Amino acid sequence: MYAFNYHRAKSVDEAVKLQKSASEGSFLAGGHTLIPTMKQRLAKPSDVIDISGLKELQGISVAGGTVTIGAATRHGDVANSPEVKKAIPALADLAGHIGDPQVRNRGTIGGSLANNDPAADYPAAVLGLGATVHTNKRAIEADKYFKGLFETALEQGEVITKVTFPVAEKAAYMKFPNPASRYALVGVFVAKTKGGVRVAVTGAGPGVFRSADMEKALGASFEADAVASIKVSSKNLNSDIHASADYRAHLVTVMAKRAVAKANS
Amino acid sequence: MPTVAMMVNGKKVSADVEPRTLLVHYLRENLGLTGTHVGCDTSQCGACVVDIDGASVKSCTQLAVQCEGAHVTTIEGLAQGETLHPMQEAFRENHALQCGFCTPGMVMSAIDLVKRNKSPSEREIREWLEGNLCRCTGYHNIVKAIAAAAQTMRG
Repeated sequence: MYAFNYHRAKSVDEAVKLQKSASEGSFLAGGHTLIPTMKQRLAKPSDVIDISGLKELQGISVAGGTVTIGAATRHGDVANSPEVKKAIPALADLAGHIGDPQVRNRGTIGGSLANNDPAADYPAAVLGLGATVHTNKRAIEADKYFKGLFETALEQGEVITKVTFPVAEKAAYMKFPNPASRYALVGVFVAKTKGGVRVAVTGAGPGVFRSADMEKALGASFEADAVASIKVSSKNLNSDIHASADYRAHLVTVMAKRAVAKANS
Repeated sequence: MPTVAMMVNGKKVSADVEPRTLLVHYLRENLGLTGTHVGCDTSQCGACVVDIDGASVKSCTQLAVQCEGAHVTTIEGLAQGETLHPMQEAFRENHALQCGFCTPGMVMSAIDLVKRNKSPSEREIREWLEGNLCRCTGYHNIVKAIAAAAQTMRG
């Protein structure tokens, strides 16, 4: 790891100021992406600004059909939250299968979304449920937040403060995990919402995306059979040592079927 | 260099450390607590698991400076004098180790599980151990040991 200056911010405002005065400032929440990346010398921030302890970024609440999760809330806290389990069980289930227990004791929802790893789980829930990402500056709809490989709508000096999820009528997430990293080789989140059916796919492409064909089919009939014959094109999907693009395309259909079956069970 | 102060195994410690010092290196090199191991150094194997403020954490993915004011427990902090912690005793009793490299992390992780779930099923134990890799015994006796320790700890 290259040397850096460490700051513990006392507020989001102070964190933003610290970043502005640094030549390259990175925010540290759970640190379970940033620290490994720095260890590999793939990132070398001049300043690391710790926002993990900020009270204004903590907490889970459910009111009026909306689940609100503070950005620095750890995966384990979402997975074990009785309120989340009751309101959106699929979200608690997804959080409970990120990484392993020690990763879930540290990783945060805000960190996961700011990083937008193409194989991360949370982006599928945020896009699949049509959630809203709130920052210190504005509210960003999920459909406008994810911009592809590690890219988001976040601007310099913008910090995620919380995420609001509308409660869905039915929802489920199924992933085919890489057996070593537990990242999604392919993960599919399906949700039957007030605005219609949403299907979000993670792990398969350069970033999380929706499948219009599957959403249309499930809108007509919310049954696993409805998506059984729908194939996504492998053209823009990832191909690496873990799986070919064709295999990932195949897995999208399989995971979508299983997710619908789980949502209906 | 910033100064960091924390409680480790019930003792107050403080030192000037480079911000890039990982907690595991601080424990091993500054405090001489070499029971916490570095296995993979990539947040996967779990040999470096310690308890920070009541939660099991991979100390290779944690900066020492992040632990300002924290209570850290390592494998060295479990036994009461000559008496092993019930989890350590169960690992010994059930031959839940061969080379022993993964053992400190396994024990620290397992204690966190039993704290959250007083009677874990075999499946729950195996799922919890996703973040702890053993490359010699296989997991059979480790799972047995954790179930036995859970029973002892229930009293």
